[in-house]
Amino acid sequence: MSVADLSSNFFALFDLPVSFDIDQQALAARYREAQRAAHPDKFANAAEAERRLSVQMAARINEAYRILKDPLLRGRYLLELKGVELDDTDTAFDSTFLMEQMELRERLAEVERSADPLQALQAMAHELARQQDLLLAQLADLLKAEDEQSLQQAREVTRKLQFFQRLNEEVEALEDELAA
Amino acid sequence: MPAHKHTRKRQLMALLQISEPGQTDAPHQHKLAAGIDLGTTNSLVATVRSGKVETLPDAKGQHLLPSVVRYLAAGAPQVGSGARQAAVSDPRNTISSVKRFMGRGLADICKGCSCSEYDFVDSDSSVPRIRTVAGEVSPVEVSAEILKELKRRAEETLGGELTGVVITVPAYFDDAQRQATKDAAQLAGLNVLRLLNEPTAAAVAYGLDKGSEGIHVVYDLGGGTFDISILRLNRGVFEVMSTAGNTALGGDDFDRAIGQWLAHEAGWDQDSISAGQARAILQEACRAKEALSDAESVSVSLCNEAGEVWQGELNRDTLYALIDPLIQKTLVSCRRALRDAGVTVEEIEDVVMVGGSTRSPRVRERVGEFFHCEPMVDIDPDKVVATGAAIQADILVGNKPDDEMLLLDVIPLSLGIETMGGLVEKIIPRNTTIPVAKAQDFTTFKDGQTALAVHVVQGERELVSDCRSLARFELRGIPPMAAGAARIRVTFQVDADGLLSVTAREQLSGVESTVQVKPSFGLSDSEIEAMLRDSMSHAEEDVAARMLREQQVEADRILESVESAIAADGELLTADERTAIDAALKDLHEKRNGTDPRQIKQAIEALNRASTDFAARRMDASIQAAMTGHKVDEF
Repeated sequence: MSVADLSSNFFALFDLPVSFDIDQQALAARYREAQRAAHPDKFANAAEAERRLSVQMAARINEAYRILKDPLLRGRYLLELKGVELDDTDTAFDSTFLMEQMELRERLAEVERSADPLQALQAMAHELARQQDLLLAQLADLLKAEDEQSLQQAREVTRKLQFFQRLNEEVEALEDELAA
Repeated sequence: MPAHKHTRKRQLMALLQISEPGQTDAPHQHKLAAGIDLGTTNSLVATVRSGKVETLPDAKGQHLLPSVVRYLAAGAPQVGSGARQAAVSDPRNTISSVKRFMGRGLADICKGCSCSEYDFVDSDSSVPRIRTVAGEVSPVEVSAEILKELKRRAEETLGGELTGVVITVPAYFDDAQRQATKDAAQLAGLNVLRLLNEPTAAAVAYGLDKGSEGIHVVYDLGGGTFDISILRLNRGVFEVMSTAGNTALGGDDFDRAIGQWLAHEAGWDQDSISAGQARAILQEACRAKEALSDAESVSVSLCNEAGEVWQGELNRDTLYALIDPLIQKTLVSCRRALRDAGVTVEEIEDVVMVGGSTRSPRVRERVGEFFHCEPMVDIDPDKVVATGAAIQADILVGNKPDDEMLLLDVIPLSLGIETMGGLVEKIIPRNTTIPVAKAQDFTTFKDGQTALAVHVVQGERELVSDCRSLARFELRGIPPMAAGAARIRVTFQVDADGLLSVTAREQLSGVESTVQVKPSFGLSDSEIEAMLRDSMSHAEEDVAARMLREQQVEADRILESVESAIAADGELLTADERTAIDAALKDLHEKRNGTDPRQIKQAIEALNRASTDFAARRMDASIQAAMTGHKVDEF
């Protein structure tokens, strides 16, 4: 299979096994080597067609690296490869999770009124990171099992992680606001 | 070692075997290349000669070229220190800090409170123009004058035509500002190999890749712009992890703050200060600021138009009170860059200081406190960016085929499009490594809708009105369908220069629109063409001759590229493909020696078409070789 073939998967591009567990060091090293071969700077004097191709290939290598190095994006990508679709408009969650999310949001809203908002925000960011780590560990286990039930559970965990992702973004936006 | 290096050696050997005696453009021949730091306050050109980087001085031995252009009633404009001296006596025709206006609309410039300094033309054109005795000029044309001066200096010193240049831009420059810079280079007749981010150039100049692996910070405070970049270095690869900054914050703002204090102390009415006086105040402010680097206190004076002199005193405490809020703004950006990179202050190896304003001891002190380390100031902060650009230019032009250096940069600001209700949908988030391509699907919202308008914006805010408008375009000719049935895929591609191109395609009908993105605050292609023709008639250069020369240069480049590719990897071709490429090569060789630029262009396109599949196969093979080579390396 051709690595430059746009239909080949991102794991194959870096000659890595299709798996949630990934050797981050090998990934980073192979990413750099792949860019050494494909980056437009290596084609500064090449013909137009080759330069265009190099931009496309380097963009694909960057995208592959971005997806594979991030656990949430990698998990989502693996589910897609296995034919499990995530619908972003689907907002149905179990009630415990929704209650927890509401509490976290209330806590975020209170940060601004606390005595040391930046400190409170940092504490909150730590708590979010802890909960996400737990979910990621679950995701890793579920993706190892190949059965349909595990995949559906992996899908739910991924959706929860996306919820946290949005919360992370709000924390960062608030941090920018407080610092400015 | 990685396998691709082996491939490259093989390529070189093969090339030596085929090169013929007397061949003028042999691949190993040293080509003239330069790095240009097009700065707000000063500009600089540097080159690599006999393995050493040097910045090039003018006839009087001055390396820095003040980025000031004075337009005269007759003759070519004056550029540099001569022009700067006229800033007070001829303020309306003498344009300084034009970098602040690049890629900006008039409204933005006035927000920055600098529009009163010049006579801006009140016109419908999105590109601001300044009225001078030599006619109306756009910021792109002013910048082109500075670039022409540096080009002349380099070509006179090096004794030949420059093959290509690397021009630096603030990492935080948006698409419009980058495009404007590239347009200026085109007007100046320069072949741009790459627009390089200033902090990345500085990291290259410090040779941070040599030995010191790890995470480094480049803090770049120039005359008008501020950039912070966080880079990870590993085996010659400079990977920018994040960048942040402010394109309207720099040493000029220090001067302005000090100037306002001076005017206030002198009891001058801020509203009735003339353009000439304003310049004089800023020059005095700048002098005082620099003197306070060594002295605890400095005496200052202003002279009004009636000739009355005010004298006063400025001490360090007052200076710090004036500039600390500005330095604090830069530290807010530093904090954000750290967070975006996902690193803590403890992980930072060192901080490189770039830009004239980092000479200020107060800036060094505050930055050192923030990053818990002593900032690096070994290379002249004015020359470091041009030095790095020259090193990169030397590599890109092909003078160092074995160099392992690779620069991986990011886009500084998110790219998105306008959706319903004036909201922004982000397509490519900030700090994404470039080149990058992203596709997004859209649909129609009315029955029978046959056109779709796309508005491209750049920025972090949620509302379109708070972001920078980059371009608007329409996809037309969509076959009438029910609302929501069409699937329009819009693809954004950002190249290694950080420049955006957009294509749109209706998936069901296949209607394609490779969209001409007209920058909201840029010059159109036809405007640039007109300016080029204009500038050429001034220089008495024959337009036809220049067009022929351009096509010949391009022909030589593709001939060399394809011939060396065949020499290296000819075995990847079938006999039929080889025959087709050989025929296209032969035809281009013939046309290149003719005098018709159109014929050369057609032959170039034919060769490009004939060799595209081959190029794809070679790239594929080299990536596979790199992966295989690495497996051996890793374990």
